[in-house]
Amino acid sequence: MLPASAKAPHKQSRKQSISIGRGTRKRDEDSGTEVGEGTDEWAQSKATVRPPDQLELTDAELKEEFTRILTANNPHAPQNIVRYSFKEGTYKLIGFVNQLAVHYTQVGNLIPKDSDEGRRQHYRDELVAVSYQGSQESAKVISETENLEEDEEPKELETESGSQTDVPAAGAAEKVTEEELMTPKQPKERKLTNQFNFSERASQTFNNPLRDRECQMEPPPRTNFSATANQWEIYDAYVEELEKQEKTKEKEKAKTPVAKKSGKMAMRKVTSMESQTDDIIKVSQAAKIVERMVNQNTYDDVAQDFKYYEDAADEYRDQVGTLLPLWKFQNDKAKRLSVTALCWNPKYRDLFAVGHGSYDFMKQSRGMLLLYSMKNPSFPEYMFSSDSGIMCLDIHVDHPYLVAVGHYDGNVAIYNLKKPHSQPSFRSSAKSGKHSDPVWQVKWQKDDMDQNLNFFSVSSDGRIVSWTLVKSELVHVDVIKLKVEGSTTEVPEGLQLHTVGCGTAFDFHKEIDYMFLVGTEEGKIYKCSKSYSSQFLDTYDAHNMAVDAVSWNPYHTKVFMSCSSDWTVKIWDHTIKTPMFIYDLNSAVGDVAWAPYSSTVFAAVTTDGKAHVFDLAINKYEAICNQPVAAKKKNKITHVQFNPIHPIIIVGDDRGHIICLKLSPNLRKMPKEKKGQEVQKGPAVEIAKLDKLLNLVREVKIKT
Amino acid sequence: MEIGEIQSHKGVIGTMVVNAEGIPIRTTLDNSTTVQYAGLLHHLTMKAKSTVRDIDPQNDLTFLRIRSKKHEIMVAPDKEYLLIVIQNPCE
Repeated sequence: MLPASAKAPHKQSRKQSISIGRGTRKRDEDSGTEVGEGTDEWAQSKATVRPPDQLELTDAELKEEFTRILTANNPHAPQNIVRYSFKEGTYKLIGFVNQLAVHYTQVGNLIPKDSDEGRRQHYRDELVAVSYQGSQESAKVISETENLEEDEEPKELETESGSQTDVPAAGAAEKVTEEELMTPKQPKERKLTNQFNFSERASQTFNNPLRDRECQMEPPPRTNFSATANQWEIYDAYVEELEKQEKTKEKEKAKTPVAKKSGKMAMRKVTSMESQTDDIIKVSQAAKIVERMVNQNTYDDVAQDFKYYEDAADEYRDQVGTLLPLWKFQNDKAKRLSVTALCWNPKYRDLFAVGHGSYDFMKQSRGMLLLYSMKNPSFPEYMFSSDSGIMCLDIHVDHPYLVAVGHYDGNVAIYNLKKPHSQPSFRSSAKSGKHSDPVWQVKWQKDDMDQNLNFFSVSSDGRIVSWTLVKSELVHVDVIKLKVEGSTTEVPEGLQLHTVGCGTAFDFHKEIDYMFLVGTEEGKIYKCSKSYSSQFLDTYDAHNMAVDAVSWNPYHTKVFMSCSSDWTVKIWDHTIKTPMFIYDLNSAVGDVAWAPYSSTVFAAVTTDGKAHVFDLAINKYEAICNQPVAAKKKNKITHVQFNPIHPIIIVGDDRGHIICLKLSPNLRKMPKEKKGQEVQKGPAVEIAKLDKLLNLVREVKIKT
Repeated sequence: MEIGEIQSHKGVIGTMVVNAEGIPIRTTLDNSTTVQYAGLLHHLTMKAKSTVRDIDPQNDLTFLRIRSKKHEIMVAPDKEYLLIVIQNPCE
């Protein structure tokens, strides 16, 4: 504003303005016109009043024109500011003076978003908003509504142009920022609210009180189950499944209800039986194995000897051999009975059968059939007892569980080892043609044309009978009746009685099926054929006393051997009537047997408890082994048998003991191979070996 | 018949029958020893059986022999039972 000196033109301008104002009154009806009218009235009512202190100016002075220039300079700004300059030590005039004139200031509270403070606040509010979101939704909504409500206020405040206090403004700003934060997260929930007169009303209903109701039962019974899944368990499961399937198939096939019933009955019986029997029976299989193990331990050295021991001294003994005693088999029940028969099982090479009976005519008691295994010397594997003494036995080659037995009372029987009964499966009787005298030998034959089992027996009653098992019955057929030649006695009525010869031993030819030899009590050996029932093919005057055993050579088809109580062992060629070799053993010979591995080796046992082993290839005239083998000195040895594969022999005596002996290497000599030639093995070699020997003898005979 | 036979055999110290769960059923030794043997040998037999069958499922364990300095323990497993014999080989 200009000072009072400018008042006169101001007056004039005012007047001018009035006139202008009047002129434009019709056009403008704003507030400007109001002012104009007011001044107009004021101007008319009052005359110019001169204040007493007004300058007196002349007209000329009053008309003087002064030029005024509008500049940007601040009229209130000082024009001559001086400052003290310490450098020069004087006051100095400042050239430039600040011309800024501030008309109006107001401290606001808006901060830009991108500034530091703005960012900081944004960040802080985000955190708050997150915690806000954590709370319940109603609170959120409420808070949102609050925000919105409060939002209205700052907005309203903002629209006002008056001064505002800082605090609500700041609060509003915060809310605004919060609002901004809330909105990006819940853009949808934001209500579109009227900014002027929106009011939100909330109300809360009663919440029903909650109550927990629980009920607890007893927990179900639990057990822990654990199992392993191994390959073998899986395999077992499959096998079981397979068996089940097969059973169901079988059940389908057998649809007869009767059969089922009987089956059920049998099952019930079996189960009741099982419950009654001891638990021990169930472990019988395991017990057997353990028994064998125990025995193996006890007789460990014996087992080792059996397998591996070869008498090294034989090298120095120069053709003489020894028999090494191995196991002893005996059983209490068969203590008083003598061993009457020995037979190795053709299938199980460690199993052999022993028949017990009595040779004494006066003392006849029961008999026993025991089967021992070399693996268990203390207890027999199978045990059968019979009323009458067993005199002979034979095991079938194809059916190693069938044992044919001949008794002292003339009966024959077949025992089936597969069945646990102690009774024979089949038995002859007086009706079915049993012998009237003791059966001295039985031998299995090949099955007849109807696939029936067939065996022969020889007895002192002079009959050689062929027994056939037809549909579980023994049917007998008399093959030959032994007649003593040349001893027909004449009875007054002219009938000729033939005295019957008593057969004591027989043996079938290995290859020629129908041919067999019979030894008799008179000392003769007859060569017979199955087809000729009355005539013999040949007769040999063999011995002076009863022939105890005859045996074909396993290799040579022509050679056989016989032994007798007249202390001799004779070797024959069946084409020649006189024996090839004769051996005198100083005691009644009980049994004689060829070795299975050589055609020239055989063993003989005598009643003085000795065993003699001969090898014709080494020594034609003497035994290469002569050894007492009886368990006790008084025992008479009754039988001997070679094992088909192992180099052992079993010897039975008349007290019921069986001793197993190992043949030393000298007794098992094979023919030495010439240098450069191949080692020939097999029957042909054996035959040739024996032939050589026989030829020597034959030549001698022919010469003499 | 045969269990008694085994027990009366030369050198046999004790015999016992153990069932499939390792509980001794019959024994000729005192209780504590029996229980100990039964428990330990049962585990070992199962392990041995598992080993044999794992290699070839068609195979099965026939018996197990443990020879120690003092004696020999022989175990023969059966379907439901286990037969254990302790023998002194007396060499």
